[in-house]
Amino acid sequence: MLVLAFDTATAAVTVALYEWIPGAGVRPRAAADAVDARRHAEVLTPAIAGVLAEAGAVPADLSAVAVGVGPGPYTGLRVGLMTARALGEALKIPVHGICSLDAIAWASARDEPFVVATDARRKEVYWARYESARVRTTGPAVSPPAEVLAELGVGPGELPVIGEGAALYPAQLGAAADPLPLLPSAAALAELAVTRLSGADGLPLLPPEPLYLRRPDARAPGPRKKVSQG
Amino acid sequence: MIRDSEPLVLGIETSCDETGVGVVRGTTLLADAIASSVDEHARFGGVVPEVASRAHLEAMAPTVERALAEAGVAFADVDAIAVTAGPGLAGALLVGVAAAKAYALALGKPLYGVNHLAAHVAVDQLEHGPLPKPCVAMLVSGGHSSLLLVPDVATDVRPLGATVDDAAGEAFDKIARVLGLGFPGGPVIDRMAREGTADAIAFPRGKYDDGTYDFSFSGLKTAVARWVEARERAGEPVPVADVAASFQEAVVDVLTAKALAACRAHGVKDLLVGGGVAANSRLRALAAQRCEAAGVRLRVPRPKLCTDNGAMVAALGAELVASGTVPSELDLPADSALPITTIRL
Repeated sequence: MLVLAFDTATAAVTVALYEWIPGAGVRPRAAADAVDARRHAEVLTPAIAGVLAEAGAVPADLSAVAVGVGPGPYTGLRVGLMTARALGEALKIPVHGICSLDAIAWASARDEPFVVATDARRKEVYWARYESARVRTTGPAVSPPAEVLAELGVGPGELPVIGEGAALYPAQLGAAADPLPLLPSAAALAELAVTRLSGADGLPLLPPEPLYLRRPDARAPGPRKKVSQG
Repeated sequence: MIRDSEPLVLGIETSCDETGVGVVRGTTLLADAIASSVDEHARFGGVVPEVASRAHLEAMAPTVERALAEAGVAFADVDAIAVTAGPGLAGALLVGVAAAKAYALALGKPLYGVNHLAAHVAVDQLEHGPLPKPCVAMLVSGGHSSLLLVPDVATDVRPLGATVDDAAGEAFDKIARVLGLGFPGGPVIDRMAREGTADAIAFPRGKYDDGTYDFSFSGLKTAVARWVEARERAGEPVPVADVAASFQEAVVDVLTAKALAACRAHGVKDLLVGGGVAANSRLRALAAQRCEAAGVRLRVPRPKLCTDNGAMVAALGAELVASGTVPSELDLPADSALPITTIRL
């Protein structure tokens, strides 16, 4: 079975194609990664076409899609989700959502509690707390970096923080000695999806719905402004 | 008669608040499915881009399914995918572009990223048959007010003029707000105006005699607001129907006068009016009257094809396929300010 995975919830556009033979294991067939926060839509579909071509596969060979559902800046996040849903619809294959913070946590392979934080712009971070790389206990949420540790009831340095949020706000978050990975990778997404589809424990598969975490910026208008003077 | 030899095109439109998916074969309309988020915007008094973009993501797949079912075709029957690449709201456009690219990749079919305004012209072929070459097209909506010379909608569209400030539909929305009539303003002002007198109040006609094909509606908007405020200050009742009718008359007077001037200047005998404001009953009536007097044939698509929809995108896509235009690449961007001279991006 061929599983296509991608994530556009951060500045990265990451795509991977994995072959999964139930009972026999999983192996990477092709991957493409680019960091270009302003061109997710331009980059993603050609990258998918590229990994398929590299593996000598065609879209009809795909068995499932795994997509990062954020949280992340909306426009890029939607490009990934819309692409995943449209592929699933046209190819009649299942689409599995994975929290993009979970992809970072999974790839870290940590055994002790830690926090994942990514850039939410507007001087805030998206974050979640994990008991280990396999269990999320709090979040995802969005907060100013200075409030994350307080919300978890821990002091600076008590919990390692990984992800690009740790690199951006080391003073407020107290970054881990090794804050990697900074961004989600499609490889981690694919491995996590296959782990769950094969019935093993791990972070959850979600519906392909975006985790926006914020309401749209819009305010109902106040009283009509007068154009006349005085 | 529908010929199977003509291309079956799926068209996707997400430039504003309508998720539109249409299916055409050649110039025959097979399906026109729409999901609108207008009700979600009403309390904000205008379209909120992020609200529209979120709604497009949720509506896309169900609307595509509905369009295919309505057309009685399957994904595998589709010969090409067309999508609005611009102009429009950047975040909203991107949802449609992402979907179209994924469909094109999954189905192995060509992708055409098309100009929203040219699609408003091409849609008339679904109702009134092939467009005369050339024709003059006037496109008026909440986002656009343009006069175009159209030698060939697939290959050659030339801008003659456009609004220098507000779009005509935007002026309807703003005046509806001044009159406390809610959003969107077009349909409610059209309705109110029928109870009023069009020459009750002499509102200004911006750029009426300036010899260009440009429009300006911002001065009119301010004049109407001042007039209403003066009444309110004096403690007098505002004759809402007369204000609506007189405002509407000022808009459609300028629009139709300039459109016919363009026809005259270019020796063109066919005028097409499209875009959401083309659903306005007074614009349709005055355009018909002035066209008849000038010996110009008038083409106005039915209201459902005038407002944003997917069928118009499919119609232009089919025209591009028929003209042998090279498809777009999979790295197609969305261009919120796509110029009308770029028909296929």
